[in-house]
Amino acid sequence: MEKVMSNKLVIALYVLPSLLLIMGIIYMPIVLTGYYGLNEWNGIGEMTFIGLENYKHLIQDSTFWSSAFHSFELALFSGISLIGYLLIALVLSGKIKGANLLRKIYLVPMLLSSVAIAQLWMKIYHPTNGVLNSLLMSLGVDNPPAWLAEPSIVLLALFVPIIWQYAGFYILIYYAALKNIPESLMEAARIDGANPWQIATRIKLPLMSEVIKVTIVLSVVGSLKYFDLIYVMTDGGPNGASEVMASYMYHKAFRSFDFGYGSAIGFFLLLVCLVATYLIRKATASKETIQYS
Amino acid sequence: MKVATAPGYNSGRVNERKILQGTGYTLMYLGLILVALVQIFPLVWLLIFSLKNNQEIFNMAPFSIPAHPHWENYVNVWTNGNIAQYFVNSVLITAIALALTVLLASFVTYAVTRMRWKGRSFVLGLFMVGLMIPVHSTLIPLFSLFLKLHLTDSPISIILSYVAFNLPTTIMILLGFYYALPKEVEEAAIIDGCSVNTMFFRIILPMTSSVLATTAIINMIYNWNEFIFVNTFISSDKYKTLTVGVQNFIGQYTTDWGAIGATLMISILPILIVFLLLSDRIVEGIAAGSVKG
Repeated sequence: MEKVMSNKLVIALYVLPSLLLIMGIIYMPIVLTGYYGLNEWNGIGEMTFIGLENYKHLIQDSTFWSSAFHSFELALFSGISLIGYLLIALVLSGKIKGANLLRKIYLVPMLLSSVAIAQLWMKIYHPTNGVLNSLLMSLGVDNPPAWLAEPSIVLLALFVPIIWQYAGFYILIYYAALKNIPESLMEAARIDGANPWQIATRIKLPLMSEVIKVTIVLSVVGSLKYFDLIYVMTDGGPNGASEVMASYMYHKAFRSFDFGYGSAIGFFLLLVCLVATYLIRKATASKETIQYS
Repeated sequence: MKVATAPGYNSGRVNERKILQGTGYTLMYLGLILVALVQIFPLVWLLIFSLKNNQEIFNMAPFSIPAHPHWENYVNVWTNGNIAQYFVNSVLITAIALALTVLLASFVTYAVTRMRWKGRSFVLGLFMVGLMIPVHSTLIPLFSLFLKLHLTDSPISIILSYVAFNLPTTIMILLGFYYALPKEVEEAAIIDGCSVNTMFFRIILPMTSSVLATTAIINMIYNWNEFIFVNTFISSDKYKTLTVGVQNFIGQYTTDWGAIGATLMISILPILIVFLLLSDRIVEGIAAGSVKG
């Protein structure tokens, strides 16, 4: 048994291809992004080592800071919207008929490609023929906004389809966690006279704390690196009003062919994501972990 | 008297509470249904406008169903342009990447959970940390790597990237299942003289078929919807997948809403059909693979 199960050749055959793949396609590029960020480079020609010049430039680049600010706004919105998803999941996990069907319906947008969602919502937001403004006009609103062309509202307008896309996913996770809580605990609390609010806040939420932490990390980090819908729907516009870190990186590298500077942004994005993960984990760390009995 | 009023008083309170609970229940139920409608209505609208011509879209009420549905919108986009080619590319790339990912992930998970060797927890850690790396931070080095290897504008670069970035999630879903496999099966197989390979392919893989199906579906959804790699690496139409193809196609036909609607429907229908058939497994898989956001 021992001998067969520690056969070095078999282990190498089973593990090495995958290991080489993630080394070559995930880890090596991360290191290279860090290195390219120290160079001036147009992606094809010679690289010139310039030390921290790109990062000095980054600190003074107001477009970068406004795109970083937009990313943080998205992260904040996403974090707050988790409360709504949690409430929906709490209601859904009560004795609701058709809860299973409802959570499946909620999940449908999550299965669609970002491109399809983006194109669909561009049509929904269309200033004259979109379904949103058609409805608003039939309700008597004379000049409904051109949602994606107004710098002051474009970020919020983009956030709606992002919520639409991910709501079902978070509701599903919360719902699964709530269904995992043993019914006997709630029953005991009810016999002791606890009302539904007390049961939710004193029993259900503490038992879900691990799941809630994971979703905070997911939604915040996911928002910080968000790209797809924004790239298709506004491409960072109008006038940079919806530019985020990932789209700014993409524009610098693949439109302006400033691969060195783009890499510096990409490396910064990686650091922001890792630091955010660490900080959220630390801020939400509890001294004791609660176990399901 | 006392005995007679007490039950009456009590039942009155009970009734009142029941009515209150009933109203609360109805309100919550309506809330849940409202969320479901919000999730589903954009898609209903998409289906409806994919069957209209521009005149009907711009002049009729948004949710009115046309008297004569324009099914030819679908025929037109399928036959003119490259949608059929993109569709085939998406199917092939999705299927190949999926098969490779599930097989390689099974190898790794098997070696890490069932075999004995030094460094297995470190190797597993490498795969798990891969979950935290933002795709965008690897994009520039990957692009220049594939450029050097003459793999840009080749499906190989896409498949390798999909496999690498989906391995961590897939391994994570498989892990719990592999840890739970009974040791006795392997012991019996080894006593019977099985090699590790025979055991893996003849015994372990069939035993894990249900979780393999789950990971396959999750991989299918990710691969089918992926945008950024194809958009960055692939330039010629013959290798583009549906997400990127749809994006380019719609860019050319910005004014023909019916054609755009039909294109979007074609791109999301395969996923919707799979969801209708296998929704329970998808729900379970998304909950299990939830670390990927």
